[in-house]
Amino acid sequence: MNSYLLDTIKGKFPGEVLDTHAFRGDETVVIKKEALLKAAAFLRDELGFDFLMDLTAADYLPREPRYELVCHFYSSRHNYRLRLKCPVEGTDPKVASLTSLWAGANWFEREVYDMFGLMFEGHPDLRRILMYDGFEGHPLRKDYPLKKRQPRLAHRD
Amino acid sequence: MTDKKPEPQKNWNLESLEDGRMVLNMGPSHPAMHGIVRVLLTVQGERVAASDVEIGYLHRGFEKTCENVTYNQCVPYTDRLNYVSPFINNVGFALAVEKLMGIETPARCQYIRVIMSELSRLTDHLTCIGANAMELSAFTVYFYLINAREALYKLTDSAAGGRITPAYTRVGGLTRDLPPDFKKNAAETLKIVRRNLADAGALLTRNRIFYDRLHNTGHISKEDAIALSFTGPALRSTGVPLDVRKATPYLVYDRFDFDIPVGSNGDNYDRYLVRMEEMQQSIRIVEQALAQLPDGPVNHPDFGVSLPPKKEVYENIEALMAHFKLTFEGVKPPKGEVYQAVEGGNGEVGFYLVSDGTGKPWRLRVRPPCFSLTGGLSQMIQGGYIADIVSTFGQINMIGGELER
Repeated sequence: MNSYLLDTIKGKFPGEVLDTHAFRGDETVVIKKEALLKAAAFLRDELGFDFLMDLTAADYLPREPRYELVCHFYSSRHNYRLRLKCPVEGTDPKVASLTSLWAGANWFEREVYDMFGLMFEGHPDLRRILMYDGFEGHPLRKDYPLKKRQPRLAHRD
Repeated sequence: MTDKKPEPQKNWNLESLEDGRMVLNMGPSHPAMHGIVRVLLTVQGERVAASDVEIGYLHRGFEKTCENVTYNQCVPYTDRLNYVSPFINNVGFALAVEKLMGIETPARCQYIRVIMSELSRLTDHLTCIGANAMELSAFTVYFYLINAREALYKLTDSAAGGRITPAYTRVGGLTRDLPPDFKKNAAETLKIVRRNLADAGALLTRNRIFYDRLHNTGHISKEDAIALSFTGPALRSTGVPLDVRKATPYLVYDRFDFDIPVGSNGDNYDRYLVRMEEMQQSIRIVEQALAQLPDGPVNHPDFGVSLPPKKEVYENIEALMAHFKLTFEGVKPPKGEVYQAVEGGNGEVGFYLVSDGTGKPWRLRVRPPCFSLTGGLSQMIQGGYIADIVSTFGQINMIGGELER
């Protein structure tokens, strides 16, 4: 695969890039989670990826590291897209927050925390967003049963 | 009212409110909050000093549900994301699965998808402006615009068989072709839409009250809009000409002549103007697409992708097996992941799809445009009047279905 973009990132972070691919034309970089913030800052400041279009996660349950944080970047200057992923371990999942680079990461990360239980270090206000306080578990984890019942909460005034 | 104990909030330090500020609860049961968003305001007189937007009242577990059904069974769920422009979600989802499978649909199917997407964009913007005008007490305009929307619903209903939940696309095609008199009906409908738009525009655009309510309210700068991942009319109102249809054309959008309107001020009035002009452009696209509409099949010919015709199923064992396999197991894209973006009414609707090679998606993530927009609401209403929240909230066009999935 000879992509200028992927080669540039590989050259910049030789020890940290775990894998690159371009399945169906979507250029993807898998990077160690320690380098996530550094790589995202490099993408924004040096390569012109000004939009954090999407930030989400996926759960690959039997596998370890279990989670994957998935960011989609878009560069309005170059009209180019890039996917940046980083694996996150299953026990005590923690990853750096991108809120210092993009204010829009705030809600995206709250949703990932709500749905997957990933902790974002450096997030200013990490709390549930779609579920309510008192909800047990994280519904998009693969070990959360589809029809799981939740405990009843006492009525609040 | 006064003896009611204010509800303690995690981020709200009630002791600090001795300085005369007041905590005010707006929503979730508030007519201008469209039913499902709660804004906890700290107000200094009439001005918003701080706010906390709380969502989650309409979460249905769309993504979790889709992980447990086949790809084609996801299509009706996608209707319910943005229920005022359902076709765009249908098309976005179908395109994502097709990209994952590496297939392309026949030309006629692509044209019909474009036509339906643009009609959906019209209904989306009509609803947004109509509801916004109504909330600012321009009730007549609401009826003009909803009248146009109803005509469009009738038209799309004649093709898809559903006003708001059409579930029109399937992986590799459509549920059915357009009805024979669609072209004629579309021309008449667009005439109604044009007339209603002209009426509404004449009532609103130079209206002193409407202008004063929208101009310089809900302002956001270009840099902030980009940092907050804004897309769609809210981003274009700040002057960034980003539209997925032009930037990375999908379907056959590169064959049409249309413009991307942009604003300059980044306020509610610019958002209103951008939406009004986008509707004219959508009508242009629909007319061009109808004129160019080719004949031919609407479904992918491969029986591993779309259902074989009924006659084949009865007469041919291969087609019978394909029918059975598709119905029970569904299409099976190869292992991999794709992200497909389409331009929705509010901005970029993205589908991130991970397949493990089975008939059900391993992970289906929707990037809802108004999630980012609602995330930026706090910043847009900061320092403004309480009454301006109504116009700002109306102009970001929050749609609960896609916001909370």
